[in-house]
Amino acid sequence: MAHLESVKPTSAPAGGPPGDPVVAMDDISISFGAVRALDGVSVRLYPGEVHALMGENGAGKSTLIKALTGVYGIDSGTVTVEGRQVRLASPSAAQEAGISTVYQEVNLCTNLTVAENMMLGREPRFLGAINTRAMNRRARATLDRLGLDVDPASTLGDHPIAVQQLVAIARAVDVDAKVLILDEPTSSLDADEVEKLFTVMRRLRAAGVAIVFVSHFLDQIFEITDRMTILRNGRLVGERMTADLTQLELVQLMIGRELEVLEKLERELDAEDAGPASSEPVLRAVGLGRKGSLLATDLEVRPGEVVGLAGLLGSGRTELARLLFGADTSDTGTLEVSGRRTRLRAPRQAIDRKVAFLSENRRSEGVIGDLSVADNMLLALQATRGWLRPIPSATRRRLVDEYIEALDIRPADPDALMRNLSGGNQQKVLLARWLITEPDLLILDEPTRGIDVGAKAQIQQLVADLARRGLGVVFISAELEEVLRLSDRVVTMRDRRKIDERSNVDVAVGDVLEIIAGDARAEEVGARA
Amino acid sequence: MSTQTRPAPGGATTPAPRTAPSTPAAGSRPGRWWHALRTYRPSAQLVPLLATLALFLGMLQVGGLRYEGFTSSQVILNLLTDNAFLVVLAVGMTFVILTGGIDLSVGSVVALSTMVAAWTLQDGWSPYAAIAATLTVGTVLGLLTGLVIHHFDVQPFIATLAGMFLARGLCYLISVESIPIRDDTFFFLASEPIPIALAPWQGGVVIGLLGLGMLAALVRRRSLRSALVPVLVGLGVGMWVTLLLMGDPALTTTYSVVIALATVAVAVLVLHRTRFGRTVYAIGGSEASALLMGLRVGLVKVGVYAVSGFCASLGGLLFAFYMLSGYSLHAVGMELDAIAAVVIGGTLLAGGRGLVVGSLLGVLVLGTIQTFISFDGTLSSWWTKIVIGALVLVFVVMQRVLTRRQP
Repeated sequence: MAHLESVKPTSAPAGGPPGDPVVAMDDISISFGAVRALDGVSVRLYPGEVHALMGENGAGKSTLIKALTGVYGIDSGTVTVEGRQVRLASPSAAQEAGISTVYQEVNLCTNLTVAENMMLGREPRFLGAINTRAMNRRARATLDRLGLDVDPASTLGDHPIAVQQLVAIARAVDVDAKVLILDEPTSSLDADEVEKLFTVMRRLRAAGVAIVFVSHFLDQIFEITDRMTILRNGRLVGERMTADLTQLELVQLMIGRELEVLEKLERELDAEDAGPASSEPVLRAVGLGRKGSLLATDLEVRPGEVVGLAGLLGSGRTELARLLFGADTSDTGTLEVSGRRTRLRAPRQAIDRKVAFLSENRRSEGVIGDLSVADNMLLALQATRGWLRPIPSATRRRLVDEYIEALDIRPADPDALMRNLSGGNQQKVLLARWLITEPDLLILDEPTRGIDVGAKAQIQQLVADLARRGLGVVFISAELEEVLRLSDRVVTMRDRRKIDERSNVDVAVGDVLEIIAGDARAEEVGARA
Repeated sequence: MSTQTRPAPGGATTPAPRTAPSTPAAGSRPGRWWHALRTYRPSAQLVPLLATLALFLGMLQVGGLRYEGFTSSQVILNLLTDNAFLVVLAVGMTFVILTGGIDLSVGSVVALSTMVAAWTLQDGWSPYAAIAATLTVGTVLGLLTGLVIHHFDVQPFIATLAGMFLARGLCYLISVESIPIRDDTFFFLASEPIPIALAPWQGGVVIGLLGLGMLAALVRRRSLRSALVPVLVGLGVGMWVTLLLMGDPALTTTYSVVIALATVAVAVLVLHRTRFGRTVYAIGGSEASALLMGLRVGLVKVGVYAVSGFCASLGGLLFAFYMLSGYSLHAVGMELDAIAAVVIGGTLLAGGRGLVVGSLLGVLVLGTIQTFISFDGTLSSWWTKIVIGALVLVFVVMQRVLTRRQP
């Protein structure tokens, strides 16, 4: 890395920093069958910059990244690395060219040690035999350089996801990478973990690495990146300096149209603000808890009310949702659904009582990729009817068409395979799956995570509409803005219990943050006493 | 990714505690050792291995109490002599299972190997040429299976099932009848006794060296806690084996055992000290990740089936030494014994976790069951199958519980 001496001045003109780009992709086109995923896109990456790749889902970001990392071959266009035109035929060819990648899902082997995960494929060897001690030593040196305190000889699977992600980055930079691609590295990290990641990124930037950063979190983009390339529908929209843009302008560049929806929603919700009807709660939990995952918690949800669960990852928000749905069984407390006392031992019982739950793990706990959109949608309804009473095909058609239209699912083809849909559209199909069962209570766990701004706005709009029609909604999200925008009441969780509940009148993000942080301070004081 | 696995967030900025040399009881030396012993948590890979070791020693103990001479040195050594071929098969199978695959063809390849060896010898080939031909046939068969599995993305189960029928069929093509082996070299390899008894002074030296080696290993390791128990167990087993070898001055073994143990040693080195071996584990952990790490997944996936094919034909040769004949109906169902040995030895069927030494222990456990039955005399040999079935079940369930405990 040290041989790249070009240093980027802080306020370079929009044309890009001086010096030569370390990687230039010019006029890249890639097609899959009849679909043109990338159409004449150009990107330049300079040493010592953090470069954001922006665009909605389906804009071509992933395709571009996979072209740069050698996973996909390109149909036309050129890739130039340090002035030499190269052909990146495989992931290892890209790595040899100095381009390393950390993917959204941690792509390491949890059964091997930290050091092995960092060094595999380039271990120090003596006469063909791996020198484990030298390997651990080198891994330790790289980890130290990034400021990470992890034992190289420990098994990777014993560490939390955030650490695994940082190890993946350590692997990527150990090769003296010139270009480091981080594809949605923060989607499963807490705020302090993100900060740690950014510290590592800043160190690498200072060392002259060009970092490509992909994230759906606009705040993070504006915090860490220097320049960005914006894509829409497989085409290049533009290349900008981050400092020259506002968030609003960026979103406009990315989507244009859908932004209005968000603003309209905001206005509508502000205007409404009448508060929910004070009827019988559709769900009442008293002292609900489960050993090791949630301390006794009370919660009430009334029809037409959106209850937002705020809190950090691991605060108990998902655990509470799973208990409410019977995905885990509770040890303590009671649960009333629509006034009837119940004990949920399995999701099936919750479904029978008209409770629906959209899991945060869309891919593993929701989407069945090899089934069609229609089949995915009808799954829950069929389950409530039992396998002996098939849904008449006319009804199937009608329901599916209705929801595809209502939720604006694209492609609007009931027979399309689920796995070919973008994340946002998959999420809408899953939402439709539960709406078809006509639930009284809808539990949404991170329904907008990892989907693009347009689909996000649509889903938020939908949640607001559903509540207006009398559904009780439990809404969980890591994004406080989103929770506050939608909720009538905000419940804050911390350390596996509820620490605060207030109706959402003029609650600001800062208030909730203070509740979370304030409690921590109180505890510290308590512990010292 | 589940949120339950992570510790409560907050101020914690160092999520991964180092396995600490600075544990609280770091004061006095015996105190430190005792602390290391007490707080020892074997890795998920070692638990089944220790369990198998305990099972094996426990079975020997029970056998020794019930039957006279059960724990005599020669009887225990014969566990290896009688199962040398299975050890070699299990080694090859371990490679395959570690990648998450399976090889059902090895039993048939053993039969084919005995046939090829017997047939070429009958035809007047030199024994060395016969051995080379046999090993080539097995390796090429394995290689072809691997190529099919990798390049056509065929389930290993199906591809090796095809290989199983193919190899068995080829046996009949060579001959329907059994072909006896009367070659002197084979005879020599099969039955020449190798004296391996240790004189008391030799035993003493060996034990001393063992102790020194283990101490050196302990000193070199950063973390006493993770190293102490494995080192102690290794020392114990080493001393036990040495005492066994000192126990009977007339102790002998055969070349088959030497070959089998050499195979185990080479396999351990390959799996733990070479890039090929580590890639085997990586593929078992996550093939997609291994691919994205730029590892040579294709080569290694094909390679493990070639290794298994080689081991199957080598095992076939040892089986030919043992039976001194080639026959189409040899080794029917032996692939299942090999798989059972690997599973009992603690290798995860899903891949990525397991040790060759475990498979060796697995074979010894299977051998001990057979010895039980031959010592008892009243038990039907079908009890072997019943016990093996029960053990495989227990170990698979244990693996399941262990992997579930993992975050």
